[in-house]
Amino acid sequence: MRKHAFTLAATLALVAGFTVGARAQEEAPTPPHQEWSFDGVFGTYDRAALQRGFQVYKEVCSTCHSVKHLYYRDLEELGYTEDQVKGIAAQAQVTDGPNDQGEMFQRPGRPSDPIVRPFPNDQAARAANNGALPPDLSLIVKAREDGPNYVYAILTGFKDPPQGFKMTEGTYYDEYFAGHQIKMPPPLNDGQITFADKAPNKTADEAHDVVTFLAWAAEPTLDQRHRMGVKVILFLVIATGVFYAGKRKIWSRIHH
Amino acid sequence: MAVSSHTAPSTGPRNRILRWIEYRLPFWGMVEDHFLGYPTPRNLNYWWNFGSLAGVILVIMIVSGVVLAMHYTPNADLAFDSVERIMRDVNYGWLIRYIHMNGASMFFLIVYIHLFRGLYYGSYKYPRELLWMLGVVILILMIATAFMGYVLPWGQMSYWAATVITNLFSAIPVFGQDIVTLLWGGFTVGNPTLNRFFSLHYLLPFVIVAVVLLHLVALHQHGSNNPLGIDKRGPQDTIPFHPYFTIKDLFGLTVFLLVFAVFVFYDPNAAVSPDNYIPANPLVTPNHIVPEWYLLPYYAILRSVPNKLLGVIMAFGSLLLLFIVPWLDTSRVRSATFRPIYKWVFWLLPIDVLALGYVGANPPAGLVVTIGQIATIYYFVHFLILLPLLGKIERPRPLPISIAEAVLGSGAGVGAAGEGQ
Repeated sequence: MRKHAFTLAATLALVAGFTVGARAQEEAPTPPHQEWSFDGVFGTYDRAALQRGFQVYKEVCSTCHSVKHLYYRDLEELGYTEDQVKGIAAQAQVTDGPNDQGEMFQRPGRPSDPIVRPFPNDQAARAANNGALPPDLSLIVKAREDGPNYVYAILTGFKDPPQGFKMTEGTYYDEYFAGHQIKMPPPLNDGQITFADKAPNKTADEAHDVVTFLAWAAEPTLDQRHRMGVKVILFLVIATGVFYAGKRKIWSRIHH
Repeated sequence: MAVSSHTAPSTGPRNRILRWIEYRLPFWGMVEDHFLGYPTPRNLNYWWNFGSLAGVILVIMIVSGVVLAMHYTPNADLAFDSVERIMRDVNYGWLIRYIHMNGASMFFLIVYIHLFRGLYYGSYKYPRELLWMLGVVILILMIATAFMGYVLPWGQMSYWAATVITNLFSAIPVFGQDIVTLLWGGFTVGNPTLNRFFSLHYLLPFVIVAVVLLHLVALHQHGSNNPLGIDKRGPQDTIPFHPYFTIKDLFGLTVFLLVFAVFVFYDPNAAVSPDNYIPANPLVTPNHIVPEWYLLPYYAILRSVPNKLLGVIMAFGSLLLLFIVPWLDTSRVRSATFRPIYKWVFWLLPIDVLALGYVGANPPAGLVVTIGQIATIYYFVHFLILLPLLGKIERPRPLPISIAEAVLGSGAGVGAAGEGQ
């Protein structure tokens, strides 16, 4: 057993060492750790926070940012009913076609449509945003080191630049952005959004909710994964016990 | 001659149809000789579990990979989105992909432990030199396969890793640039590169299977080495593979699957750079281009040498060197247990390789560069100087007379053999 423990420890040390070592050293400070409903072995997305986060996305972020990997039908996972999702989809105008006249046409969205993007293409997005391209947000939480804390830190990290800091035209000072000059204007303000469930709506609350939504957008299968993991690991622990007992019993037949 | 198909052999299946088959295709005979009754040294420790584990993970990789290939689209414009579709819309696609992704890391972890076990117990020595060399061939094929697999999601790290690694070949004099163009299928990493990498990523695992079969044939020719590193002298030294090692390997397997499951279910992206969730963009270079953890030591050697061609030669050389280890090691004693100096010197190698891994993961500046250069030099010193030298100057401790004597105490003989049946 001692040798087993050694192997396991070596595995973990090896992996931990490399992941820590691989963390990139940026000039921006490390984002502080926040509490997230989806952290830990039993973590699941807080449904109420997901719905509030979607509301923040819809009212604020979606002006510039797409979530191209999401479909309206996916929103049922946030706790909306099928009819509510149909309603949300129908508010959007989707370009479809060509019809039998060979022409493209507009129609209300359906649950099977991808969530409509704010701009038809990257060039249009740049043209409307002073040359900056607002990134797609479907994977933003997985595409950044320490994603949830990083995105939260960016959203709440806007400040006046320190004295003597030269700002380029059209940029905003953000404590946690590499280089500190971000082209996104501060998107959230205290009390900007009135949540349907009357939840607190300081900037920090709005940021926390929208990050929960974006974490779900990046990894919608996390709840299922965490639940299945507990079962699989319990099964394997039992199987390990059974095989270990079997090994002891069978090997007790011979002197070794 | 045909008569003997009716004169049944004394062992084997009773059923007439099975006997008919057995005479023509000795399936049960093979199972008996090479699995159930296969004589195995009775003193194997848990480090010997990693061979069968490597076989299991190879099967897991092929099965999960074949399913992923049913949903993946090898096209530069569609690949990234098709992987996301697997993660979101394919039933249990996320599970299959996370198994495949983390399985690659597990495969290397297992094979590296297996390799270091061979180095410690001298499993590469006479008469197992070809067995060892086939193992090195498997490792090289694994590295090529894993590298091409890493390119397939066509994220930022996929694209830039492909660019950096394929560019290594440009260091080759005269033909370098032509080879790179051939690898790319064009003048830059692009759609043709992705297509050929996908094709080869699907092909090479089956080549690995073929070499694994040869590895097993070579293994069964003289049987497993053992922690004492001495030859089997008779039946009292061995026990049948089944049930002793089937149950021991099953126990090892579930312990391994536990570690595997913790990563798949609770930290599936531990070994992946977040940059690989950004679609490939030829116009934006990531801050640090870092290969997967299992390639970091070679990457560190590459970067530690100031000359590009020499760096490439040494990085590839660090692998190719393993082929001649059976002849570099001049000691006739296999197991480090009986080699008072090598027993300690051995451990410097894994430490050295871990140091190289650390260097490979970090930006080359300051102390990291120095550590990298020292560790690179030591790697070659270990194999090219210490291994040949130690065999000459070291006085090995006396070897036990037999495995049975060492395990069962002196006086072990026929009685002990009966006990093992």
